[in-house]
Amino acid sequence: MSLLDDYREVVPKGTIDLLKCLAEQVKGKRVLHVNSTKLGGGVAEILRSLMPLLQDVGLDARWEVISGNEEFFNTTKAFHNALQGQEQHLSQRMLQNYIEVNRENARRLSFDADYVVIHDPQPAALGESRLSKGKWIWRCHIDISRPQWKVWSFLRQFVAKYDAAIFSLPRFAQRLPIPQYLIYPSIDPLSDKNRELSEMEQVRILSRLNISTEKPILLQVSRFDRFKDPLGVIQAYHLVKKHHDIQLVLAGGGATDDPEGEAVLSEVREAARDDPDIHILLLPPDANLEINALQRAATIVLQKSLREGFGLTVAEAMWKGKPVIGGFAGGITVQLVYGLTGFTVNSVEGAAFRIHYLLENPEVMTKMGEDAREFVRQNFLITRHLGDWLALMSYLGRGK
Amino acid sequence: MLKKIAEHPFSFVGCWELREMLGRSARDEQQLLEALEEIPLDSIYYHTHSFFLRHKYIAGPYPNDFATWAAIQVRDRVLGEKLGVLDPYDFENLEFLRAEIVTIIEEHLSELQIIPRAIYGEPFHFMQSRIVEAPTGLKARTLTEFREILANVDISVIYYHTFEAVLRLGRRNGDFALWIEGQLGLPELARKISKLDPYMTSLETIRHRMIKLCDEVLEKEAWSR
Repeated sequence: MSLLDDYREVVPKGTIDLLKCLAEQVKGKRVLHVNSTKLGGGVAEILRSLMPLLQDVGLDARWEVISGNEEFFNTTKAFHNALQGQEQHLSQRMLQNYIEVNRENARRLSFDADYVVIHDPQPAALGESRLSKGKWIWRCHIDISRPQWKVWSFLRQFVAKYDAAIFSLPRFAQRLPIPQYLIYPSIDPLSDKNRELSEMEQVRILSRLNISTEKPILLQVSRFDRFKDPLGVIQAYHLVKKHHDIQLVLAGGGATDDPEGEAVLSEVREAARDDPDIHILLLPPDANLEINALQRAATIVLQKSLREGFGLTVAEAMWKGKPVIGGFAGGITVQLVYGLTGFTVNSVEGAAFRIHYLLENPEVMTKMGEDAREFVRQNFLITRHLGDWLALMSYLGRGK
Repeated sequence: MLKKIAEHPFSFVGCWELREMLGRSARDEQQLLEALEEIPLDSIYYHTHSFFLRHKYIAGPYPNDFATWAAIQVRDRVLGEKLGVLDPYDFENLEFLRAEIVTIIEEHLSELQIIPRAIYGEPFHFMQSRIVEAPTGLKARTLTEFREILANVDISVIYYHTFEAVLRLGRRNGDFALWIEGQLGLPELARKISKLDPYMTSLETIRHRMIKLCDEVLEKEAWSR
């Protein structure tokens, strides 16, 4: 039994065998993934699940991490914000340091591989010198649909030297002289965040979090960030509370390194004041089992984002068979097929209306949850992600 | 007759779709129309036929990306309905299909005073399909074997031997019907399979219907023994 076979029980029939057939086409090939951290963040989370699977199907897969000084990471943080549309100032010195640090990493790391996959802007300049004969692929995980153009054109000179670029949504595509592919992110159904939990585990975790299941639970899991609209969620809850005795759980990460996050959190606390049915939970970054238990306990899950990259918390909740109401933003619109696998909404009133509708129609919630889980099984599991990589490597390897 | 063993076994081939982005988009129906006249046929294929590979189990509200965009993102349900009723199987090739889509949108726009636009919704992003074939190594020589394998293979196998075979590889009746008639000598079953309309359902439903048709023939044979 291989590691991939562990997924047999959760993926559609025939998928594992097909993946093994696809893997035959690239068996023995060397693939190197390079990013900027092994800890924290969505990219590291995906690579932690993906790397063992690539190795398991017969690829010689390695994962390397670049190193850099404080100035370098300040610069790449500014890149990140600028590429997502925020105004940033980057000095010539910062840009030069970015290139220098990438050159140092280029000297330190071995790029001897048939496929070199560089993740996100931090190591993008490694593509400058194309240090091996293999195919070089730039994998961009962030929303660059409205970039600050000066920063993008600086980065673009490096990206243009790759053989292909990959984005998470069609609207992130850019004018580039290389082919651009769409690969959605994914969730790992066997990870602590998504695996099945026993009744006992769930009860224990919820009791630790002080959450009772006596009243129906509305849940939003996200950072305390204006773009996630936690205040809008509270307003929607208030509109529904007139008709249904429900509770609201807002669970998110700590905001200590984010001054705006702290301000949003205070506003949320102020809005939730005097209502014992609103629970605000500050969870550490590794609270995977806690998020899992909360999503499983929820009656309806909300992700009322105003702007969103992909929003994998939607897929996580859908995988647990929950009806999800999400903001009409980013990847949420791809995950929620309106009225079928969930609802997308454009306003507080829209969210309240759909919550009310679902609570009044439990049979719709059940059917929607079932379809949602099936939709995720088909489109957003790590096995599909693995297939996309195998197919891409096979395709590029043919010299097409 | 059913015990007949095919001289050439049926080889089941699966596939994986790579989605390539063309970096071109349309914000309104006029832009959609103009782009439609210029994009590669692989993009027409992606937004109509291979739509089914991306909606294997759950049929979407409209059966192609153009109709879905018009109805949901632009909120022009009239165009959504006009494009939704289009059956790509009625067209001999993708160029004819492109011409029909262009005509439908042109006619629709000629009746309007303003150009409908995706104000709240997403623009239409043009993509194209790159299909990577993956032979499964599974082979059937009898109808019983065929039915058993069909029931358990990845759903992309159904897609490959129906959509891909018919539209890109030019095997008009699809590989399943071709083999069942040519190798097993079952023209009636082949006819019924080739008549299954994949356009109004999901690939999983097509699989179920094909298995049911095979079972009917196998049961009939068992009774006649």
